[in-house]
Amino acid sequence: MNVITQMKRTAAEDALIDSYGVRVADLPGDAKVTVKRDEAVELLKAGLPTRKVEAWHYTDLRRLLASVPGFDLQAYAEPVEPLLAGASVLPVLNSVAGRAAAPDGAGLATFAEGLASGEFAALLGATGHDDTVSTINSALVADGFVLDIPAGAELAAPVELQNVHGGGQAHSRFVVTTGAGAKATIVERQTGSGAALVSSISHLDVGDDAEINYLIIQEQPQDVSYLGQINISIGKGSRLTLFVMNTGGKLVRQEVRVVAEGEGSQFKLRGVNLLSGDSHTDVTMVLDHLAPHTVSTETFRNVVTGKAEGVFQGQIRVARNAQKTDAKMACNTLLLSDEGSFSAKPELEIFADDVACGHGATVTEIEHDHLFYLMARGIEEKVARGLLVKAFVAEVIEELEDDAVVEALEAKIGAWFAEHG
Amino acid sequence: MLEIKNLHARIAEDGTEILRGVNLTVKAGEMAAIMGPNGSGKSTLSYVLAGREDYEVTEGDILYNGESILEMDPAERAAAGLFLAFQYPMEIPGVATMEFLKVAVNSQRRARGEPELKIPEMLKRVRQAADELDMDMAMLKRPLNVGFSGGEKKRAEILQMKLLEPKLCVLDETDSGLDIDALKIVADGVNALRSPDRAIVVITHYQRLLDYIVPDTVHVLYKGQVVKSGQKELAQELEKNGYAGIINEAA
Repeated sequence: MNVITQMKRTAAEDALIDSYGVRVADLPGDAKVTVKRDEAVELLKAGLPTRKVEAWHYTDLRRLLASVPGFDLQAYAEPVEPLLAGASVLPVLNSVAGRAAAPDGAGLATFAEGLASGEFAALLGATGHDDTVSTINSALVADGFVLDIPAGAELAAPVELQNVHGGGQAHSRFVVTTGAGAKATIVERQTGSGAALVSSISHLDVGDDAEINYLIIQEQPQDVSYLGQINISIGKGSRLTLFVMNTGGKLVRQEVRVVAEGEGSQFKLRGVNLLSGDSHTDVTMVLDHLAPHTVSTETFRNVVTGKAEGVFQGQIRVARNAQKTDAKMACNTLLLSDEGSFSAKPELEIFADDVACGHGATVTEIEHDHLFYLMARGIEEKVARGLLVKAFVAEVIEELEDDAVVEALEAKIGAWFAEHG
Repeated sequence: MLEIKNLHARIAEDGTEILRGVNLTVKAGEMAAIMGPNGSGKSTLSYVLAGREDYEVTEGDILYNGESILEMDPAERAAAGLFLAFQYPMEIPGVATMEFLKVAVNSQRRARGEPELKIPEMLKRVRQAADELDMDMAMLKRPLNVGFSGGEKKRAEILQMKLLEPKLCVLDETDSGLDIDALKIVADGVNALRSPDRAIVVITHYQRLLDYIVPDTVHVLYKGQVVKSGQKELAQELEKNGYAGIINEAA
């Protein structure tokens, strides 16, 4: 175990601890919730993790989280245009669940209600000293949405969970439960305006034989520190496709924790990180294969421009009885700038003896031959580069196999290139 | 239309000189063949004409319609009307062929101050060109050249040439990798492009292609220089006697 030596607190650490004092009287929760919050604050007093903590080795949070703004509860925030046309939008504005009707065929409640009743006390708290995202969020979470898709339900329209801030601090949660055989596409949007510290945690519980697509689209403005986490469990025979896209933020950590609990479940993770400026973006995945015959594939495509730094940590753990597990992980980076960087850390921990597991990581530049070929057809250099970069990420987008989703994401990517390409 | 004057070029990376004073003139309306043994500099010449950065021109000039193109990048040369059909067309994953064709045609039109083609007009032209080359439109939905056979790649090059309507076409070993049926289709495509205001330069190792694309002039490239020029009979002489005689003569 790591021993964290007590250091003098940084301004950001002090501000975080003070934030709790400022907000505690207004935060929802029964006595059990309050105990969890207090415990989280005690953990915070030990300080933010540095690179000496293995899970944060490439993202030295203590150094990178330079400042923590105060709360600005009056800041203006409004829902954004949904990614997919016809989506049922559930907006959380400055950590307050907005008024929204339950999507057709699903049940809806707010996270604040579950805190007030104590129902969600068990969701609060950290899994360890390195679970800093949970720690911060557990202390300060105010609201969010709870979506229940019952067994057998097939949602005709996509559901979009929006977490929109207007600056300051925002701490929220989404809880999504799907019953057996349910089918749905759910989009999670992380965005806002102004400088902010945002923490957002999602819990996605996929029942047996369900087919779920879940997309996390993070497009924070450039002065935002964003700490995200999604905790997933996948039931027997279910298929879950998770897509993660990061195109914004100054300091971004998106944790993906997946437990393939049910036999024969299939998990597909695709991700695109488009990094610019002097941002730091970290995607950290831990995937547990607990049951036999589970299949998983994870592919990330990263484009690095400017002085941006990117990190992908992917850990796949195969339990002793999870025989016939098939897991493949790949992380491919296109480095467009000499000043940018990307660190990839794949890890396999296998306790079963009859499995097929593999991983690969590549870092490349634009192929000069390809560029010459396009230019030789009269395509100007800038346009040709744009085509090649888009092609690099289009390959994973197309694997999402839903025309509406592919089209919407390609439009987002096109907009990013228009600005940063 | 094309005047190559005392052209010297070397590989940028290691300085190896490949072209050692090439002189060649091709007039509008002319079909010129450049022949030569392996390693004579044929492909290098085609790349230098297209403006590939891997080569450095150290001496001489390339004039296109009387003006030097050495300072122009490959895209500018293409927009000015130069087209290189590659010996080995590159496979570019993730770029759909149709999208590529649209961007290429409209980039050139924009550069020349012409209005861009709308999608229906573009589709019509592509469909017609594909028909003439006996190509399946479904192929054009795939990523550019990815998974295409050797013959399909060469046809795709000619398809691009038809759509871009260049003034100076340079075909680098267009016959390699083609069976005889495909060769005829490709040759028909090239012949259809012959016109009084267009020059075509066919680079080839063998006479075979020249049975179908009949040149007006033939030039033999050896050790980075044009060592002999003549009429189409020169190609037949080469086929019969090989390169040795001409090389000895030149030496």
